Amino acid sequence: MASHPENATKYVANDERMHWHDKALWFVREKRDKAAHGIPEWEQLRDYASTIKTHTMNKLDFYLEEFERNATAKGITVHWAKDAVEHNEIVHKLLKAKKVKKLVKSKSMLTEECHLNPYLEQRGIEVIDTDLGERIVQLRNEPPSHIVLPAIHLTKMDVSDTFHEHLGTEKGNDDPTYLTRAARASLREDFLTAEAGLTGVNFAIAETGGVVVCTNEGNADMGASLPKLHIASMGMEKIIPRLKDLSVFTRLLARSATGQAITSYTSHFHQPIEGGEMHIIIVDNKRAEFLANEKYRQALNCIRCGACMNTCPIYRRSGGHSYEHVIPGPIGSTIAAFKEPEKHNSLPFACTLCGSCTNVCPAKIDLDSQLYNHRQDLAEAGYLPKSKMLSMKVMTYVFNRPKLLDFAGFMARKIVPKLPKSLIYNKFNVWGKTRDLPEFPEHSFKELYTKMKKDERDKDDK
Amino acid sequence: MKIGLFIPCFMNELYPEASMATYKLLTNLNFDVEYPTNQTCCGQPMANSGCSKDVTSLAITFVNNFKKYDYIVAPSGSCVTMVKEHYAPFFEEDDKDYNKVKTSIYEITEFLHDIIKPENLDFSNISFPHRVGLHNSCHGHRALGLGSPTELNVPYNSKLENVLSLVPNIELVELNRRDECCGFGGTFCVTEDAISTAMGRDRINDHINSNVEVMTGADMSCLMHLNGLISREGTKLQVLHIAQILLGKDN
Repeated sequence: MASHPENATKYVANDERMHWHDKALWFVREKRDKAAHGIPEWEQLRDYASTIKTHTMNKLDFYLEEFERNATAKGITVHWAKDAVEHNEIVHKLLKAKKVKKLVKSKSMLTEECHLNPYLEQRGIEVIDTDLGERIVQLRNEPPSHIVLPAIHLTKMDVSDTFHEHLGTEKGNDDPTYLTRAARASLREDFLTAEAGLTGVNFAIAETGGVVVCTNEGNADMGASLPKLHIASMGMEKIIPRLKDLSVFTRLLARSATGQAITSYTSHFHQPIEGGEMHIIIVDNKRAEFLANEKYRQALNCIRCGACMNTCPIYRRSGGHSYEHVIPGPIGSTIAAFKEPEKHNSLPFACTLCGSCTNVCPAKIDLDSQLYNHRQDLAEAGYLPKSKMLSMKVMTYVFNRPKLLDFAGFMARKIVPKLPKSLIYNKFNVWGKTRDLPEFPEHSFKELYTKMKKDERDKDDK
Repeated sequence: MKIGLFIPCFMNELYPEASMATYKLLTNLNFDVEYPTNQTCCGQPMANSGCSKDVTSLAITFVNNFKKYDYIVAPSGSCVTMVKEHYAPFFEEDDKDYNKVKTSIYEITEFLHDIIKPENLDFSNISFPHRVGLHNSCHGHRALGLGSPTELNVPYNSKLENVLSLVPNIELVELNRRDECCGFGGTFCVTEDAISTAMGRDRINDHINSNVEVMTGADMSCLMHLNGLISREGTKLQVLHIAQILLGKDN
């Protein structure tokens, strides 16, 4: 594992690609702004979303049980998975029972979180991701770099090369329509031959016992309708109480994600298809620990729109893979640091605390406060580099002694301007790698102020 | 009416001109302004690095230094945010002194805008005939509410613009990205120096592409980072703290 600064440094080194990535995501952010500003009650909607989610999380056991009862009554089988392993085992058992050789999957960050694909592949089951972006990264054997735009790190030509290698398209042809048609033809074949479909879940409605999946490509509908077996995997935080609550979230989701008024498909699954089976797997995988933690609980309110990534100036310039976590960006950093601080302790520091993420979040998650809190918790738990801890201790020592600080400042102002540049700009001066130091003034403000006050007193005395 | 002047530690050492401009803006309004000379640092660099435990003694000293003033004014949005938003863990909820400090501390432009009010400000004796780009530093902009963040669907407002636009002959230039972070971020600028530099350059280029002559803002730390890049790369762009313009730099 590399730290975020190490990965970011590599990403930034390719200036052209970095700026291309930044501009692509800024374009999405601006589309989002336009859509959000087009609705007068936007901020009220965000309040509603936050209230509904917070309420639901506070009564999660109640709503989960209500959901299970209502889903079961509709002929859907509900399974409970404590962690990723249990989730994968349940999926495998269901597939094995139906002798499934090929599974078509629509987008599901949860199955990425559980590493379902390699688990099934090791057991002889072919898994086809059917979301176009996910299919592209799957063919390249890469993880998604964004939760809504999984292949946003790739250019048209990257996709052309990948499709040439795996789907036999013309070499060098990067016409988007041509490439999309090729993917469509290949995926159509997979939809028709797969024996099972797995979808994610955007919202699970406790009142009705059904689940809602939002896509732009209709691939979830194909996967859930053609094969006889439909498995829907959901994190247990996906619950909302009532059908009418859904309208708040569908209005927020697509606008926040891509600036669309609504996703092309908002599909409701409320029972198995004729002659088929439908299973819903509700997964904990450390969500209960979030729920028990007052400081980080709000992270469960996330509806996975990706807006915090699109707006994050660090994400835009370092790419999703620099986070080395299934969910990147601000929300990913808080989840990762909470779940595995030993692995992801550099992520809460990959942030200037600018607060833009909190402002775009449709569920009003206090992302920048969470990242600030993580920093304190990581320091407390001993995850900060010793050099940083020490320099902070030294600074605090000096700041607690005004006279010592004055002396240090005085000496610096006297000495630094006289030093040769080569001595100031050495390898330990990280600031000075790309930046000049400010010019050191002759006197501090305090010196000027003290002298001014003295002069005033002298004048008064005369 | 007594004002306690809070000058961020690094500004005291490195930016006496901008600090003095802040002082004079207030004394020109006939306020009794005092600079408590045993003030040091609000603790923000340590807190943002995860070492907020170390900050306790600094927070207590700060409150003791400033509790006696009617208003506390500082030329830095982010240091004011530190005191307002992040000191709570160091005090009891009903701590009278901290609650007084918290509710009477202002960034200088915010003070001019909210307490003095634009209609009472008189800049008729100065002139600033330049194309000026405003860098909205994040903490002042989003946490302190100096302006309306572009993310929110709220009526447009910018206290800094409202005050700056009163200066005769100033030309405020619209930037492409109105409130994008400059990448300073405290210790972020050295721990993530590659991204920090990239963000800073992008911010500067936004100003250059809009033919800005002078970049200004309410946070000298961001401006120090940006000016460091400008100076190293020989870019033609002047950087001034907003207090310097309001006091009549060039006059």
